[in-house]
Amino acid sequence: MSDTTKVNIKAFRFNAETDYLPYYKSYEMEVGKDELVLDLLNRIKWEHDGSFSYRRSCRHGICGACGIKVNGKAVLSCKQNALELVELFGNELIFEPQSKKRVVKDMIIDKGDFWEKHAEVKPYVVADIDEHPTHETQMSQEEVENILDADYCIQCGSCHYACPALEVNEDYFGPAAFVAAYRFTADPRDNAAKDRLEMTANLGAGVWDCVKCFECAEACPKDINPIEKITKLHNLQFEKGVASRNVATKHAEGFVRSIKKHGFLDEADIVKYSEGPIGVLKHMGDALKMMKAGKIHITDQIPFMGNMPKSKNLDEIQKLIKISQTNKL
Amino acid sequence: MSKLKYALYTGCTAKESTPELLSSTLAVADKLGIELTILEEASCCGASHLQDFDPFLSHVLNARNICYAEKLGLTMVTLCNTCQINLAMTKEKLDHDNDYRAKVNEKLAEVGLEYKGNVKIKHFLYALIDEYGLENISAKVEVPLSHFNIAPFYGCHNIRPSELQNTSNGGENPYNPTSLDRLIEALEGNAVDYASKNKCCGFHVDLQAPHTSNALTGTALLDAIDNNADVVVTPCPLCHLNMDIKQKSAGKQAGRDINIPILHMPQMVALALGCTAKEIGLKFHVSKATHLKGA
Repeated sequence: MSDTTKVNIKAFRFNAETDYLPYYKSYEMEVGKDELVLDLLNRIKWEHDGSFSYRRSCRHGICGACGIKVNGKAVLSCKQNALELVELFGNELIFEPQSKKRVVKDMIIDKGDFWEKHAEVKPYVVADIDEHPTHETQMSQEEVENILDADYCIQCGSCHYACPALEVNEDYFGPAAFVAAYRFTADPRDNAAKDRLEMTANLGAGVWDCVKCFECAEACPKDINPIEKITKLHNLQFEKGVASRNVATKHAEGFVRSIKKHGFLDEADIVKYSEGPIGVLKHMGDALKMMKAGKIHITDQIPFMGNMPKSKNLDEIQKLIKISQTNKL
Repeated sequence: MSKLKYALYTGCTAKESTPELLSSTLAVADKLGIELTILEEASCCGASHLQDFDPFLSHVLNARNICYAEKLGLTMVTLCNTCQINLAMTKEKLDHDNDYRAKVNEKLAEVGLEYKGNVKIKHFLYALIDEYGLENISAKVEVPLSHFNIAPFYGCHNIRPSELQNTSNGGENPYNPTSLDRLIEALEGNAVDYASKNKCCGFHVDLQAPHTSNALTGTALLDAIDNNADVVVTPCPLCHLNMDIKQKSAGKQAGRDINIPILHMPQMVALALGCTAKEIGLKFHVSKATHLKGA
């Protein structure tokens, strides 16, 4: 009895120098239980087509070179068992580069945008160093733990090229740059926290454009959970007084205002509050459509006449907000 | 089968801008003989935004929400993906971090409550599929949905991060989810296969980044339409709102017309079970959906 499984690999092929269009080529092979995606990439190259191109280097999950996508799932080729993917997706595995629009050849992409953004957040400790120190810099256990697992990032690009916000907004830093920004901001030796927090607070480029899809958490091969660090950056902006009053920060803070009043979120009020009296006008078209459909009502914003539900035991909620709220805008 | 009983966490939208979600949920539960007790004490889950401002407060309020389901001793059922992930994240944090749980319970004690961590939290979709069972739903279909090509739109907060979600979503593969497809087929509809079904609708940045929001909603809807969908169905009222209300602006940005009804998951089930027009509430949609009943 054979202990291998027949797998049909459809590999994305494209050579920017010679091809007008990309195409997929099928390779059938018997795959053993210990084979990694990297082994299959090697076999395509060694047994089928020597021109097949992909990045690989350390083979130990630390250099971050060999990230690709298999059936849409970001994987580090040298860490990902192939038959585990067969279990998830069946016997047809589709190998694609991390970003089809940035492909140079087959699995190889131009990662320039990734490195540019990563470099921009100052991914290093910014500090004046005493040339002749008399003792080492000490960190408490708590300070180390506060960095969380952000230090494990290997810059493979898996989260960056899984992020839909980045896909449609090239100004956006993306999850990997945010992980680096958090990692060095949380470092007690560092003096550039304010810089990084201001940079990542800007609308358009910063954390407020995160769509909260959790694609980055799903994609990270080192289980770093980038969106957790994005949330930490949000929190630090308020804690360090960097957050300015804008539509996004008011939206986050506005939930407290609503919950205090009703227990529930006042959906119309939060738009009004976040946007301000001028900004809210651009939502009038949608509001009228919603009114016509009976989703909202003209009386909603008039006390005692509206549609606003109230939580039972609202006094408990109000008391909990009073004794638990830790941040201010 | 013994009668299924749940504590229903409605969330804000079902009580406000999507009344059709609540009425269709209650109608489906009634038809299937599922007992739902609405948690009237519950507050807003923070919708994934409150924790950006104040994570501790977010956990305290959600712990309080869960306390009321614990008092009933019932699994807590949610109607919104974002409510689901927020409550599940609080449960995960409190169940695995004793110091943090003690800090939260210290606050809850001030209002006479204690978080114990002894109830499950589940989206209604997975209560229907994994506990009620697709064959049992199939057996109750009165109006088969065989005339419709239905595009399932899963919504992020039911499927990612899989490590958290898999405890309550039957082990759904976030890159190839199947639950909604299976539900559509159980109701005798035709499930549309399209690449965007597990993608993000962009709802959460609609205020500060409308271009991003429109691009994501537009791409998903056009993908569904290009694969011959007549209707989109989603278990998340936030996806529903973005996709129902923003079709004109998303279409304008994409340079194409978008016109497709967006059903809530319970509305689709209610249609197949022969619930009344009033219960299904198709008139509350911005993108015309009233033609679906009786078609």
